[in-house]
Amino acid sequence: MNLLQDLLEPTAGPDGWDAYGEEQKERVGFFTDTSVCIGCKACEVACKEWNLIPDDGHVWTGNSYDNTGELSANTWRHVAFIEQEKPLHANGDGGTGLRWLMESDVCKHCTHAACLDVCPTGSLFRTEFGTVVVQQDICNGCGYCVPACPFGVLDKRHLAPAPDLPAFAKEDGRVWKCTLCYDRLKGGDEPACAKACPTKSIQFGPLEELRERADARLAKLGAEGWNGAQLYGRDPDDGVGGFGAFFLLLDDPEVYGLPPDPVVTTRDLPQMWTNMLAAAGALLAGVTALALIGGRR
Amino acid sequence: MTGAFHLDGKPSVTAEGTEMRSYYGRPIIKDPVWTWEIPTYLFTGGLAGASAVLSSAAKVAGNEKLARTALYLGAAADVVSPALLISDLGRPERFHHMLRVVKLTSPMNVGSWVLFVSGGASTTAAALQLLGRLKPLRAVASLVAAVAGPVLATYTGVLFADTAVPVWHEGRHELPWIFGASAAASAGAAACMFVSPRDAGPARRVAVAGVLAEGALMQAMELRLGTVGEVYHEGAAGRFSLAAKGMATAGAALLARRGRKSRTAAIAGGALVCAGELCLRWAVFKAGFQSARDPKYVVEPQRRRVEQHGTNATTKPGGETL
Repeated sequence: MNLLQDLLEPTAGPDGWDAYGEEQKERVGFFTDTSVCIGCKACEVACKEWNLIPDDGHVWTGNSYDNTGELSANTWRHVAFIEQEKPLHANGDGGTGLRWLMESDVCKHCTHAACLDVCPTGSLFRTEFGTVVVQQDICNGCGYCVPACPFGVLDKRHLAPAPDLPAFAKEDGRVWKCTLCYDRLKGGDEPACAKACPTKSIQFGPLEELRERADARLAKLGAEGWNGAQLYGRDPDDGVGGFGAFFLLLDDPEVYGLPPDPVVTTRDLPQMWTNMLAAAGALLAGVTALALIGGRR
Repeated sequence: MTGAFHLDGKPSVTAEGTEMRSYYGRPIIKDPVWTWEIPTYLFTGGLAGASAVLSSAAKVAGNEKLARTALYLGAAADVVSPALLISDLGRPERFHHMLRVVKLTSPMNVGSWVLFVSGGASTTAAALQLLGRLKPLRAVASLVAAVAGPVLATYTGVLFADTAVPVWHEGRHELPWIFGASAAASAGAAACMFVSPRDAGPARRVAVAGVLAEGALMQAMELRLGTVGEVYHEGAAGRFSLAAKGMATAGAALLARRGRKSRTAAIAGGALVCAGELCLRWAVFKAGFQSARDPKYVVEPQRRRVEQHGTNATTKPGGETL
C-alpha cells in the first residue's frame, strides 16, 4: 500500500516511486520555456508520429494559430497561442503592439498525481523514472482519472478501435495521455517532442538539473524586465508536490488555460473516508432506530 | 470530446463583473466521461445498500413481511448495479480489472470491492430466502449486507468528491450524507410500494425522514458552496434539482398523510419519492458537468486562494512565490 502510505505521510518524492529500490532511475521531466517557443508545433507532430496517435479531425478554431484546442486522448503536446496587447517589458517599455505568446502544454507528471491515486485498476502507474504512465493492456476505460486530473490532461479515446482490439469493441474506450516517451527513456533516448524542438523551448533532463536551469533563466528574464515572467510548477511545495514537467510562462497560468493553484484532491481523502464512515454509521443507526421505534403500521 | 470543439461562445464573467481571463473561454478540466448508467447506479446502489439495512432492522423488529420485501428489493438493485457500471466502461470486457488490486486511494476501487461484498451477500441472502434453505448462512449473509450496505450507499459521495470538479470536491463534506439520506428515502419508499400499509410503518418513517434529511443537507451544501454551487440552479442540474425537490416532497407528504390507510397512496407516494431521489442523483451528476465546463468555477476560487494565502504553484523573479 505504497500509495496510501504516501498519502498519509507525503514525502518529497513522487508517490509510488520508492517501490523501485535498486531499479529506481533518476527522476526526469520537461522544462518548457515558453519565452523561446516559436509556435512551430514540431512537438505536436513528433509526438503524434512517435506514439502512433490517431488523427482526430481537422478543425479551424479561429483562436490565433491554435487548431488543436486542448490536450486530449489524441493530443499529448498542445501548443497554445495567445495574442494580447501588452508591453514586452514590465516597466511598460516595448510598446503595446501585439505580444504573441506560445506555449507547448503537456502532462505535468505530478509528484502527487490524482490520476494515479484514483485509478481503480492500477493501470496508471509510476515508472522508475518518476513519471506517470497508463498501461493500455490494463485500462478498462472507467474514466475516473479524467475528472480527477486538475489540468484536464487525460481523456477517453472514442475513435474506432485499433486492429489489436477485440472485434466487439465499438471504440477504443481507454484513456490515453503523454507517457514522457517511456519507451524512448527505456532505450536511453530523450522524448520525441524535446528531440524535435528547434529552439530548446522543450528541455528534457533530470528534474533537479532542469529546476536549476529554470531558476537561472527566470533570474535572467527578471533582470531584463520581461513582463509577467514566472515559473509554473517548479516548486515542490505546490498543491501537487511540484510538476515533473514544469513551465516558464509570460503571463498568469489561467491565460494559457492552466489552473493557477492546482491541488491533488486525494490529499483530502483521509478526511473524506472518515466523513463517509460517519455518514454510513448514521444511515445504519438511523434506519435501524426508525424501524424499531414506533409501530408496525 | 475528441477533435470537435464545444466552445461556449460567451466569455465568463467574474463575481466582480469583469471578464475573467481564460484561454478562449475553454474549460480547464475535462468533463467527466461517465454516461447515464452512473447516476442511475447512484440510485440503485443507494437503494440496495439502505434496503439491506431496512431488511435486517425489520427482521429484528419481527416484521417478516417487510424484511423479506426489502431483502428482495435490495437484491434486485444489487443485480442491476454492476450491470450498469460495466456498461459504462470503455472496455466492459475488462470489468474484472477493478478487482486485480486493493487500493484505498481509489474510491472506485474501494467501491467495487464494497459492491462485490455487499451485492454478493444480499443476493445470496435473497436466493436462500427464496429457496427457504441454509438459514444460518442466510443470517450471516444478511448481516454482511446490512453492515456493507451503508458504505455502498455513501461511498459514491467520496467517489464524486475526490475529483477536480469544483462543485463535487467542494461538496465533499455533505455529499456522502446527502447520498446516504437519499438512499434511505428511496429504500423506504420502494418498500412502501410493495408492502401492505399494515406492515409498512418502519419503511414509511424511513422514507419521510430520508426525504427531510436529504432536503436539509442539500440546502446546507448549496449555502456553503456559494458561487460554486450556483450550477444547482442552472441548466439541466437546476431542472433535475427542482424535479427532485418537488417529487420527493410531494411523495413524502402523501406517504405521511395517507400512506397509512391507502395502498394506492402508498404506491403513488413511494413512486414519487423514488423518482425524486433518482432526479437528485441526476442533479448532482449534471452539476458536475456544468461545473467542469465553465473555467470560472476552476479559476476564481484558485485565484482567490493565491491572492489570500499565496501558493507556490508559480514563482516570480527574485524567488518570490505568488
